[in-house]
Amino acid sequence: MNSVIKGASYILAFTPEMVMQNGTTQTTEKIVNPESEYLKQLESHLRTYEQVVSYPPNQAYIGNIHPNELAQIEQPWHDKAIEGASRFGKYGEIMPEDEFICLMQICDVFDLVKLDKSFVAATKEKLEQHPLMTADIIARLKEGEDAELISKLVSEEHSEALYYNKELVGCVKRAHDVDVNLSAHVIHENLTSKATNVLSLLNLVAKNNINKEDIDYVIDCSEEACGDMNQRGGGNFAKACAEIAGFVNATGSDVRGFCAAPTHALITAASLVKAGTFKNVVVSAGGCTAKLGMNGKDHVKKGLPILEDVLGGFAVLVSANDGINPEIRLDLVGRHSVGTGSSPQAVISALVTESLDRANMKITDIDKYSAEMQNPDITKPAGAGDVPMANYKMIGALGVKRGDIEKKDLASFTVDHGMVGWAPTQGHIPSGVPYVGIARQDILDGKIKNAMIIGKGSLFLGRMTNLFDGVSFVIEANQGKTKEEGTVSEEQIKGLIAQALKNFASNLLAE
Amino acid sequence: MSLLQGKKVIIIGDRDGIPGQAIEECVKTAGAEVIFSSTECFV
Repeated sequence: MNSVIKGASYILAFTPEMVMQNGTTQTTEKIVNPESEYLKQLESHLRTYEQVVSYPPNQAYIGNIHPNELAQIEQPWHDKAIEGASRFGKYGEIMPEDEFICLMQICDVFDLVKLDKSFVAATKEKLEQHPLMTADIIARLKEGEDAELISKLVSEEHSEALYYNKELVGCVKRAHDVDVNLSAHVIHENLTSKATNVLSLLNLVAKNNINKEDIDYVIDCSEEACGDMNQRGGGNFAKACAEIAGFVNATGSDVRGFCAAPTHALITAASLVKAGTFKNVVVSAGGCTAKLGMNGKDHVKKGLPILEDVLGGFAVLVSANDGINPEIRLDLVGRHSVGTGSSPQAVISALVTESLDRANMKITDIDKYSAEMQNPDITKPAGAGDVPMANYKMIGALGVKRGDIEKKDLASFTVDHGMVGWAPTQGHIPSGVPYVGIARQDILDGKIKNAMIIGKGSLFLGRMTNLFDGVSFVIEANQGKTKEEGTVSEEQIKGLIAQALKNFASNLLAE
Repeated sequence: MSLLQGKKVIIIGDRDGIPGQAIEECVKTAGAEVIFSSTECFV
């Protein structure tokens, strides 16, 4: 039996101060050109929390508007706002920076996050109003420290500063004097990833009416690495996040593969469930501070706001077939193999058509493709173009070459089988997976019958291989089969036992 | 003669467009010498 997508969550954390302090475009600029015009202008281009909440692509990400509704709003979107936009959505929420900093401390079990007393007092009241922050979670928040201690830790002890509204409100301490893998920078990066992952897990169970105790296994598929000098990248984010989220019956592990990791992880989860190893597997990931403001120079140069001002997170629950939720077709998995090659045609063939050919399906037999769902509002001004559209054009072009569609229908293919991008440029976050939750709902509502999720990864960035990578899978409406064909029913077993006893009795009588 | 014959070429490919390696193969057949090639990821 195929496993099913039982629920999904999508969250954002608005972190403008981390754009300034931790985004690599900004930290690099501070080293190589500290007096640059960009750094001087940057602050005036940051958005407010209210602007970020009402930003149309963000409302799409947390599920308050459908991508089809987003497509109806004329681009660019940075000067548009959704009327009556809410912080909370069908799939998740957009958390402000003060609450997020406290959540980082909640996720810190080594007393490395130090927060200012008065900041904690003010923010704790807000967190107590949060529907998902239960008493046991809030209890992890410490009372706080004097401001002098925080200043000293930052200026003399190599701690990573935490700012809120331009004020120093805390810091992340280094976890070792010498080991760079436990430096304040790395611990800060890992705790932000952990906190956004935990927020995704909390939203997943709350928005989908799931019992935390039912989760058997968690797979983290972010792009960070935790470990010390003897095992850099040893892990395990998944179990660490499950602990804070209260998944007491779960263990887990980390899957890595750059931006393709979420799709790799979902295929792994579906396989674990289909094999019967686990019944409920969560695939989740937190966000990445390094990518905050990644294309900021181009945005500032063009007079735009800094649009990469949020960390992203998501979680998807893969469960045993319930006869209702959309199924994951593991027989329709596509993969870019070592020998595939790097030309766009080879890549798309490997990811899209090779698996479809196995089922005698045409490119048009898939209702929606979710490849790289980056928000074009962010990428177009930076010269990277409209990434989802580029992918749809390549899939469509292959369709024309195969005779699946007419050349004149190429433009309509990108609309009918594609979508506008809505996800923040957080690497693995926009890669295929933002559509999983929406696709589940669209399939349940009968709007579409199936969708292909495609994850692509730039392995060459790690300098271990020049290869590119990608995997894909198909989800489709549940076929209503909750029992594997060829299995033996209880009635049949009773019949077999009765027959065996009858034979035994006959043998005894014969003797 | 090809436009690229005998020319030295610097290639910057795009992960979601044409990767550096694919451009490399093309320009080599046109007689160019690749002195630098990489694929960048902008997302």
